[in-house]
Amino acid sequence: MIRASLLAASAAAIALATPATAQDFAITNATVATGDGSAPIANATVVVRGGRIAAVGAEVRPDPSLPTIDGTGLWVTPGLIAAVTTLGLVDVNGVESSNDTSASRARFNAALDVAPAINPASQHIKVGRANGITRAVISGGASNSIFAGQGAVIDLGDDPSPVTKAKAFQMVTLSESGSRIAGGSRKASHAELRNALREALDFAAGRWSGEDNLLTRADAEALGPVVAGTQQLFVEAHRASDIRTVIALGKEFPRLRLVLVGATEGWLVAQELAASGIPVMAESLQDLPERFEQIAATQSNIGRMRAAGVNVSINADSIRFTDHLKQHAGNLVALGRMSGAAGLSWGEALATISSRPAEAVGMGGKIGVLKPGAAGDVVIWDGDPLEVSSGAVQVFIDGVEQPLDNHRTRLRDRYRDLDESDLPKAFDW
Amino acid sequence: MSRVTRALAGLGSALALAACATTSGADAGAETASASKPVSPEFNKNPYPSTYRPYPGEPTALVGATVFDGTGAQLDNATVLLRDGKVEAVGAGLDTSGYAVIDARGKFVTPGVIDIHSHLGDYPTPSVPAHSDGNEATSPSTPDVWSEHSVWPQDPGFTRALANGGVTSLQTLPGSANLVGGRTVTLKNVPSRTVQGMKFPGAPYGMKMACGENPKRVYGSRNRMPSTRMGNFAVNRQTWLDAQAYAKDDKKKRDLAKETLQGVLEGEILVHNHCYRADEMALVMDMAKEMGYRVTAFHHAVESYKIGDLLRENDVCSAIWADWYGFKMESYDGIPENAALLQQAGACVVIHSDDENGIQRLNQEAAKAQAAGARMGIAIPDGQVVRWFTLNAAKAMGIDSMTGSLEPGKMGDVVLWNGDPLSVYSRPEKVWVDGALLFDADDPKRRPVSDFELGQQGEGDVK
Repeated sequence: MIRASLLAASAAAIALATPATAQDFAITNATVATGDGSAPIANATVVVRGGRIAAVGAEVRPDPSLPTIDGTGLWVTPGLIAAVTTLGLVDVNGVESSNDTSASRARFNAALDVAPAINPASQHIKVGRANGITRAVISGGASNSIFAGQGAVIDLGDDPSPVTKAKAFQMVTLSESGSRIAGGSRKASHAELRNALREALDFAAGRWSGEDNLLTRADAEALGPVVAGTQQLFVEAHRASDIRTVIALGKEFPRLRLVLVGATEGWLVAQELAASGIPVMAESLQDLPERFEQIAATQSNIGRMRAAGVNVSINADSIRFTDHLKQHAGNLVALGRMSGAAGLSWGEALATISSRPAEAVGMGGKIGVLKPGAAGDVVIWDGDPLEVSSGAVQVFIDGVEQPLDNHRTRLRDRYRDLDESDLPKAFDW
Repeated sequence: MSRVTRALAGLGSALALAACATTSGADAGAETASASKPVSPEFNKNPYPSTYRPYPGEPTALVGATVFDGTGAQLDNATVLLRDGKVEAVGAGLDTSGYAVIDARGKFVTPGVIDIHSHLGDYPTPSVPAHSDGNEATSPSTPDVWSEHSVWPQDPGFTRALANGGVTSLQTLPGSANLVGGRTVTLKNVPSRTVQGMKFPGAPYGMKMACGENPKRVYGSRNRMPSTRMGNFAVNRQTWLDAQAYAKDDKKKRDLAKETLQGVLEGEILVHNHCYRADEMALVMDMAKEMGYRVTAFHHAVESYKIGDLLRENDVCSAIWADWYGFKMESYDGIPENAALLQQAGACVVIHSDDENGIQRLNQEAAKAQAAGARMGIAIPDGQVVRWFTLNAAKAMGIDSMTGSLEPGKMGDVVLWNGDPLSVYSRPEKVWVDGALLFDADDPKRRPVSDFELGQQGEGDVK
């Protein structure tokens, strides 16, 4: 109830009535965490102008004419980034017709593009937004090939245009399950991957006949930007030896802009990963040998990689519910207090779900950080955002205040009591 | 990516089938509604008896902690005394001479965490088909199978639940492919070479049932009954009628399935019923009255908040996640305020995991549910929230006279947390089971390592 009154007070204070328009505003007296890995700043101010961050810091004095939210007792962070995830691709996982995550009977693989499949009205997007997630890196799943297709960066705004960056990357898997798709062995995955890259090079050079090639024309064309180095190649791998093959792939095809996804055993290869410069989106709290490629799983995976100098973020796809993202980051802080474990500082933990994924996807400084010029993606929290008890009270995307209601909040409101003395619950809306 | 497809596969097998629900157990035995006459057993009802024996522990005093004793109470700056495997006393100003004294100032003490819904052992890791032993999905009703016969004691998940989750007792259930999935087993989370060495002495059996999507999907897809929700009920009702007839038959030959059902009718076995939707739970409660048994708890009851009044009146617990939703059709209406709304309605709340990862953070799940309630104006004290994953779980498993709270004479199942257990920043520092120290975060050797992990990369790691 403390929270509800805060929400009411702050919403009234700024009264952003037209949700489609970015407004200039300031948040003052808040605890501000910029997301760049630094510690939170007490009694700080954030100014948003023209849909972008204009100023951040304890010394900032906003123009008194700006609408101002009093952030006393509140925390402010950049909007969180969930990478990689399927937000907007699925309504109910178990309802196949609503689930666009994989395409097992498609004729294409690398050519698949998630962008037109994103539904900005998805409840999962609304729930993510209500939990402070403002951007997401979206990929489908590999199903008929080790290539899952092209992923996108999206925003979670309440508007019809979710895509921030279409065809941002190609996703390929060198996991155990990918090996089964490729033909039953890691040998098959590697042959399929190399053949595809070479056919794409041939296609780009005009040497592709189409007759003695394994890729379809569309798939060969789609891999063109990958082999040219203009589109990132996300590679899923978990076992230490598989991760080493990803590092080697970067040497074999120097133009590839690799991002490693999964990396359950990344901590065993931390020095080599750091030297390679490959960003990693890693399993965070996975600590069980679910599969043989995850024998050395530990919650210290991210902390140990970070200590070695790897650019590492939390792989949202390793979290069953994307809105648990910040809870996972908080747990990485907790690990820092356990002897023998490797955790993160509070600021670094926040960075794993804000600036680090932005950097990994080539959007460092543009999203996931409170820094002048970055997108005006700002979340006001009623407490320490990494703590399980805290929640988002106001969310802005590109400077536009977002609605936080959704199917779940409407159910909550309807069933606040069970009184049906006058009419059935169906009339309570 | 492949995770996505795996997640889906998990839905089809582990998650979707796993979900179930139990009944609150302690008083189920006392007042079962069965009309059948008590039958003196002509057979051994306990053919795989527990061989668990507590490990040695020294008299221990935890001094100066904030204590959530599991009953709902909070004691500040209190002392907890353990002796002879039991909780000896809890309070202020206790004499600690003769005890190993642990300075617990600034730390927190709770009873050992209890997970009422786990598949550790019957869906162990590595999650390979050879280990998939949770669903006897060859017939829609299999009261004859016992999950203890599927439990692999070397599941590494047990060790994570102890060290990271402070879990000292758990119930491993069959999955939810079947209307009746079989008997559950309650375990002490103490490593053993055999499942008998883990079985909780004196715990009643449970019987797993499942409503809704899973049974009708699994059998409907094979063109067998049930293929609909009405088919689910028809098969269940006939199953109960047959069990009633069996129970009245003085010259019965042994029938493993009906022995389990008779145990339910006689109140010896507690029903844990996987059921998501409110309307289905209401029907099940009527079926239980019709057939003369009790539902102890509904598990995965994401819609319980819609019928908190009915659940209170029927004295049925809801074993729930904090906020899972939307992964299958019947979970679509799950909301984070479920636990708080149930608490407000006076109904019984148990926080469960159904997950080898979630079992490591039941305290955090409870804290999230508490916060969701606070946000809508339902203030629930910390001590009560701790009760959701300690005493309430014990009660619904029928072991609350032995564990689940720090009351004198109960088992010395205790967690010392390095901070507030309702904070994301806290972890178990030490865990005792029956007074024996089985996890110590500051002693690298005082943590279990399963056979499977010996000689592997990461052996003995903090995990």
